[in-house]
Amino acid sequence: MRALFAALAGLIFGVGLTISEMVNPAKVLAFLDVFSGAWDPSLMFVMGAGVVVYAVGYQLIIRRNTPLVVPSFSLPTANQIDPPLIGGAVLFGAGWGLVGLCPGPAFSALALGGAPVLIFMAAVVAGMLAFEWLWTPLQNRASA
Amino acid sequence: MDWNNFTPIAAALGGALIGAASLMLLLFNGRTAGVSGIAGGVLRFNLRDLDWRLAFLGGLIVAPVGWGLLRGGMPVVEITGSIGLLIAGGLLVGFGTRLGSGCTSGHGICGMGRISLRSAVAVLTFLVVGVATATLARLGGLS
Repeated sequence: MRALFAALAGLIFGVGLTISEMVNPAKVLAFLDVFSGAWDPSLMFVMGAGVVVYAVGYQLIIRRNTPLVVPSFSLPTANQIDPPLIGGAVLFGAGWGLVGLCPGPAFSALALGGAPVLIFMAAVVAGMLAFEWLWTPLQNRASA
Repeated sequence: MDWNNFTPIAAALGGALIGAASLMLLLFNGRTAGVSGIAGGVLRFNLRDLDWRLAFLGGLIVAPVGWGLLRGGMPVVEITGSIGLLIAGGLLVGFGTRLGSGCTSGHGICGMGRISLRSAVAVLTFLVVGVATATLARLGGLS
């Protein structure tokens, strides 16, 4: 059951990325390139509308004791603003500004973008594995 | 400003759908719809925690194709840049989103929607760096 609802959520999420044109890296770069003289501010409205819808629904849903198909909520609890948060956001922002793809749209562009998107996604996976297999063990050793 | 390509209504509609889909994952599965977190979790290869993650990512991949079939034309994915640029960008996005615990969806939609200061700082940071990088890349002739 939980996989079924996750698939539905993924589908709707992907349609949202499609309609808003977040799946098009050229559109994303036209948004990020504020000083080009041909700035396209459209994508501000994606985050704006998404945050408002989520904020309202979140207040209603979080009053429940449990979700509908799993026993409990598993939500982020961290609230510290620390070097990993800032450093990670800096690296992510740089990669996003170079190519115009963030993780969600990269998945949604996977079947349509040909070799460039496949190469990009392979590098994303390699970056994530580097974090999981190299960075995290190093940090654990340093703090042990 | 590029008024010819300005599409605020489509963008807001798409954003609202993204918010609604994220709420679905919260209501049914009790999870944050952060794509980098969901994908990063797959790479831990914990078999008991894979099904919903793969299902969600599968939905993301299939959606634009299904939408294109319904509309009678596939969505445009225009991507430029050398292989080196694509690889560098991908490594930065993969490592950075895991180190920073989220991306445009987890911090941008869900975290900001939860009024998390931590997420707001992350969003401000990757937006500013994204703008600076895109600008420098154009000036440097990279993109």
